[in-house]
Amino acid sequence: MKHSMKVNLQVWRQKNAQAQGNFENYSVETNPNMSFLEMFDVLNEQLIHDGKEPVAFDHDCREGICGMCSMVINGNPHGPKQAITTCQLHMRSFNDGDTIVVEPWRANAFPVIKDLSVNRSSFDRIIASGGFVSVNTGNAVDANNILIPKDIADEAFEAATCIGCGACVSACKNASAMLFVGAKVTQLSLLPQGQAERQSRVVAMVNQMDAEGFGACTNTGACAAECPKGIPLSVIATLNREYTSAKLNGK
Amino acid sequence: MGVLSFLFSSSIGRKLVMAVTGVSLIAFLVVHCAINACVYFMDGGATFNAAAEFMAHNLFIRLAEVGLIGGLLIHIVQGLSLTLDNMKKRNNKYGAAPKRSNSTWYSRSMGLLGTILLLFLVMHLKDFWIVSRFDAQGGLTETKTLYHFMVEVFTNPVPVTLYVLGCISLAYHLLHGFQSAFQTFGLNHPILTPMIKTLGVAFSIIVPLVFASIPVVLHLDLIK
Repeated sequence: MKHSMKVNLQVWRQKNAQAQGNFENYSVETNPNMSFLEMFDVLNEQLIHDGKEPVAFDHDCREGICGMCSMVINGNPHGPKQAITTCQLHMRSFNDGDTIVVEPWRANAFPVIKDLSVNRSSFDRIIASGGFVSVNTGNAVDANNILIPKDIADEAFEAATCIGCGACVSACKNASAMLFVGAKVTQLSLLPQGQAERQSRVVAMVNQMDAEGFGACTNTGACAAECPKGIPLSVIATLNREYTSAKLNGK
Repeated sequence: MGVLSFLFSSSIGRKLVMAVTGVSLIAFLVVHCAINACVYFMDGGATFNAAAEFMAHNLFIRLAEVGLIGGLLIHIVQGLSLTLDNMKKRNNKYGAAPKRSNSTWYSRSMGLLGTILLLFLVMHLKDFWIVSRFDAQGGLTETKTLYHFMVEVFTNPVPVTLYVLGCISLAYHLLHGFQSAFQTFGLNHPILTPMIKTLGVAFSIIVPLVFASIPVVLHLDLIK
């Protein structure tokens, strides 16, 4: 196996939210077994060595569960492979000499903080608008205290795998957040703990989603195709159903 | 927000309106297509003219027509305003187009396809609807029936081409719209959804094909 490869990068550089950004060209010698973020670490070492400003990009766990690594790579959020995050993408997915375009999530509801780093607080405000569920702390409760049928638990868990990364918004032509909101609403409306505020929650979350400036869903399916956790489009159908029935109940 | 005002202000309510009006327009297409297909009886347009006559003068059909036009106008206005609003949600566009496709081009182009259909509709209503509904305008008579009138319009290759292009736009608009409506209604089911998708594809091909075939066969003088 080859141990070195060279890639040409076109990276979005933007000083702050107000500044006009532009693409800068870089060339990086990398190892095919490095992750895409490690390749960026090499690039930043190089930039620091040359006395230039390193590229700001978000990252945290580097194992595909935190949802921080927001990069649009060659037009696809998290790059060319499906169902992974940027930190799980390796340089062996590219060819020696490739030109790779790297951009931040682009949506008015996700303003750029700097370079590839965007502000996703709008997601936090949608979550907060949904209220909270009470969970007793102290001694662990018995696992079977609240009975949940296995198929329901599985379906709720599937929706709960959403890591809130925002790839759905970045891929959607309308910058809609419905896959994210759909995943959260589906998860809570399936479980017994979520029943008390089921209807008021969905209305509050959709209102907040609209207020944050996300677009309206037109069912193109780009979100589900780009979701690193494979959240299915059916959560949006559930969201539509939950919201409409809440509205018909006068919520 | 009132019980019904959500239909015109919330993102989900607005697409619900698109879906409800869209499905009623699909239902209308079935009737329209069936009547047009009457030309294939090869009886010089007698069955077609009888059907057109019934549609033009039956009281209940005329009342339903008012509902149809209302639904159509709501579909157009809501569709255009949704498309324009959605275009404002990403001011800084991407520098690179997705290298790996994540959606179909026609699902992303419903606003454009709908606008083409709107232009087509203006021409189509001017060509046939006004003549068949307002006697003073076109002067349909016993000897000059709607069928004769249609044969006359389609001797010219320009309308024939425009009608075929209109039908192609309709096919792609339906290819996304048909199944999309059911997703909006909240129906996403392991068995029903694949059935709806298959039915949608069949509908989107067959109905526009029947519509498009008529100007072509009339122009080529293939039916009597």
